[in-house]
Amino acid sequence: MTTGIGARVKRKEDKRFITGKGKYTDDVRMENQAYAAFVRSPVAHANVKSIDKSAALAMEGVVDVLDGHQLTGDGIGNIICGWAVTSKDGTPMKMGAWSALATQKVRYVGDAVAVVIADTQQQARLAAEAVEVEYEELPVVAFADKALAEGAPQIHDEAEGNLIYDWDIGDAAKADAGLAAAKHITEMEITNNRLSPNPMEPRSAVATYDEAEEHYTLYTTSQNPHVARLVLSAFYNVAPEHKLRVIAPDVGGGFGAKIYIYPEEITCLWASMKTNRSVKWTADRSEAFITDAHGRDHISTAKMGFDENGKITGFKVDTIANLGAYMSLFSSSVPTYLYATLLSGQYDIQNLHANVRAVYTNTVPVDAYRGAGRPEACYLIERMMETAAREMGMKPAELRAKNFVKEFPHETPVIMTYDSGDFDANLAQAEAAADVAGFAKRKEEAAKRGKLRGLGYSCYIEACGIAPSAAVGGLGAGVGLWESAEVRVNPVGTIEILTGSHSHGQGHETTFAQIVAERFDLPIDNVSIVHGDTDKVQFGMGTYGSRSGAVGMSAIVKAMDKVEAKVRKIAAHQLEASEDDIVIEGGEVKVAGTDKALGWHEIGLAAYTAHNLPPDMEPGLKESAFYDPSNFTFPAGTYICEVEVDPETGVTEVVQFTASDDFGTIINPMIVEGQVHGGLAQGIGQAMLEQVIYDDDGQLITGSYMDYTMPRAADLPNFSVHHASTVCPGNPLGMKGCGEAGAIGSPPAVINAITDAIGNNDLAMPATPQNVWNALQAVSAAQAAE
Amino acid sequence: MDMTGEHTIAASRDDVWAALNDVDVLRACIPGCEELEQTSDTTMEAVVKQKIGPVKATFKGAVELQNIDAPKSYTIQGEGQGGVAGFAKGGANVTLEDVPEGTLLRYEAHAQVGGKLARLGSRLIDATAKKLAGKFFDNFQEHLNGPAEPEEG
Repeated sequence: MTTGIGARVKRKEDKRFITGKGKYTDDVRMENQAYAAFVRSPVAHANVKSIDKSAALAMEGVVDVLDGHQLTGDGIGNIICGWAVTSKDGTPMKMGAWSALATQKVRYVGDAVAVVIADTQQQARLAAEAVEVEYEELPVVAFADKALAEGAPQIHDEAEGNLIYDWDIGDAAKADAGLAAAKHITEMEITNNRLSPNPMEPRSAVATYDEAEEHYTLYTTSQNPHVARLVLSAFYNVAPEHKLRVIAPDVGGGFGAKIYIYPEEITCLWASMKTNRSVKWTADRSEAFITDAHGRDHISTAKMGFDENGKITGFKVDTIANLGAYMSLFSSSVPTYLYATLLSGQYDIQNLHANVRAVYTNTVPVDAYRGAGRPEACYLIERMMETAAREMGMKPAELRAKNFVKEFPHETPVIMTYDSGDFDANLAQAEAAADVAGFAKRKEEAAKRGKLRGLGYSCYIEACGIAPSAAVGGLGAGVGLWESAEVRVNPVGTIEILTGSHSHGQGHETTFAQIVAERFDLPIDNVSIVHGDTDKVQFGMGTYGSRSGAVGMSAIVKAMDKVEAKVRKIAAHQLEASEDDIVIEGGEVKVAGTDKALGWHEIGLAAYTAHNLPPDMEPGLKESAFYDPSNFTFPAGTYICEVEVDPETGVTEVVQFTASDDFGTIINPMIVEGQVHGGLAQGIGQAMLEQVIYDDDGQLITGSYMDYTMPRAADLPNFSVHHASTVCPGNPLGMKGCGEAGAIGSPPAVINAITDAIGNNDLAMPATPQNVWNALQAVSAAQAAE
Repeated sequence: MDMTGEHTIAASRDDVWAALNDVDVLRACIPGCEELEQTSDTTMEAVVKQKIGPVKATFKGAVELQNIDAPKSYTIQGEGQGGVAGFAKGGANVTLEDVPEGTLLRYEAHAQVGGKLARLGSRLIDATAKKLAGKFFDNFQEHLNGPAEPEEG
């Protein structure tokens, strides 16, 4: 089988993508289409005193200028966070009101206060400039630690002292006792730098209101159109679900930023009703920087204790998470259930406690970004482990291996139950592939060229395949996290798979077809994947958290089970055989050991003509299934990074990057490698290049690619990607998920390599030449002082 | 953003002071100034067109003279709104001193920008501000006594 599970099938969707034939939201052109341009606050914190629309309304092509009072007056609800986190004192999280268009107050640079609807985009933008908003400026706080300081500016009345929640997990007394008993304690302050998501396609929306049907259609750049419809209906009161169709056509990358429902989509829908025009909005890159939810932005202090043999005795973490000016859809879960629950890493840690305080600041809202909480956890643990090993004079790999979880299932003190894995196998595979044994020689050779060569490890684990609905429900999630699928066998035998998993770069049209082609032994071209339209697909929870394989494909498998059962019944009936003797192979449905067979297409036709079906069987061949996972899945692996630093300039080159991943069953190794490559590029970007910077006034000063550095091909080595897999026991295909691993596991490997090279553990991301050079100077200064 | 500089102008202190308080002179000398109207003894309204990096904007704003100690020093405060381009506000302490070559003008300026200007232009602000200041003094010098070599700022 060349197209089944494990085959390197070329991506079916790439023909349209690489020939420019993809159809994105901005390609949608409606009749009677008008354009929206938002009037945004240039200041980070202010009372809105007045909005003067008169000049804008008089301009050519302007249809209307709408503001927040009109929006809330029409009953459009506030934007909500859908995951309720409870503080350790039992109080609910303190969510401040967020109107799609600000009414009284603006809280970050970019907060929308009004929208101009005009005949052309240019007219809308020009008129937006003519809307005069009078702001009464308020003091600003742009940094998480300063937001908690006494006397800090109050951003939301609902959250006193800007504290959204003060939450903890694990056992503080046990962690303290473990630390007290330690022979060695490693203590670090660790910052996880704030990132901008930067999908290649900026966000876009085209909203149309049909007055006669009282029905809305929204084309939008979404990773989860059904969730968008649910939230737009249930919370924002745009329209009931049966009067709202959401279509997410081709989407050019999401990385988390396209999970959420933003003010712009809500406003376009509402404005299309107000103006009786189709309303289109497409962000430019500059707008993306100030509206797409940012990622990461944690400040942590951590203490890890070890006994005389290097076994971890206790681990304590205190984190402040910056959630920005408003609570975005899943923001609350990222620094809690997606972060602190992974702080046990690959290690058997009995005594663990983490405290997390989430705060408001006058910055863009922060939410999940590729990895979402797990990169923050991995970076913290893996920097601690490497630094501890250096402090104790142990080999970093040896210290890790000593503490690895070796038996499964393993219950951590932070509510996760690891189901499978072989951490030693991944470590060994990565060390062999990276030729760790030859590193000393390479370091010596580099020294002759005046370069400092360093080696760094990261042994990551993450929780994917989110998630068991009852479990996350118990933790505060406002939705279930199952997935649905429908398998339609047409009368001619071709197959359509309708899935709630949206594809925006993951290659579902190929991998999902592969499991169908394998199951029914059919040509892969006979299978097509339908997704991204609430009118076509019944319901789905969307694509994030590396869940499309483990959850989405499992739903397809369940639906295929039902189809197969019916196919067997039809064939047994028509071929006068026992169902147990029916085999499906080579495009035929056969009776084993005989020459009796029907073509696959004949079964399809039989099901739809219904001339000769078993008694009481319904016609048709279409089955659907919902799959709710029983546990998270736990992809894990070892990454080894090798760098060379130029001590004169601080310029650092990643010369080798080796990955050994355990993703469980792999459907298409080529696509999986592509996912790892992309994740590694993003992780190395975070480690070395990317950082969102605000000034003290809350002005975003990295608002373009002149100042926000994205990784480019020249910044990256040829990746050496390997797999040492264990099968996931939790789902029918044994899959764990691969979408986020690269971004989760790589940052600590890079920083550990650089700190190894320069001999200074005190280095923050991003490791720009300036930061590396400064860290090197600190080493020289310390040496000079001795 | 903070900026300091000094220029020697080949004119008497009284002439320099008069020119610094003359709306017509300022209008002619401020780069990109499209309108400058006196609204009281110490206040003016201005429209200035500027390009900072990729951001082009027309700033409408108010200018106020404070701490006037004629003909020695004043503080000039201004604030301009540039629509979606953002805003700029700031001030400068200007002092005049007699020197053999004429008058030595010293200034200490500070400015704050916001919105798109900050996002796209922050690393260009300093250079642009220096360039604009240089251009202003070239124009100012030229206005008072014809073209001359600009002094180092």
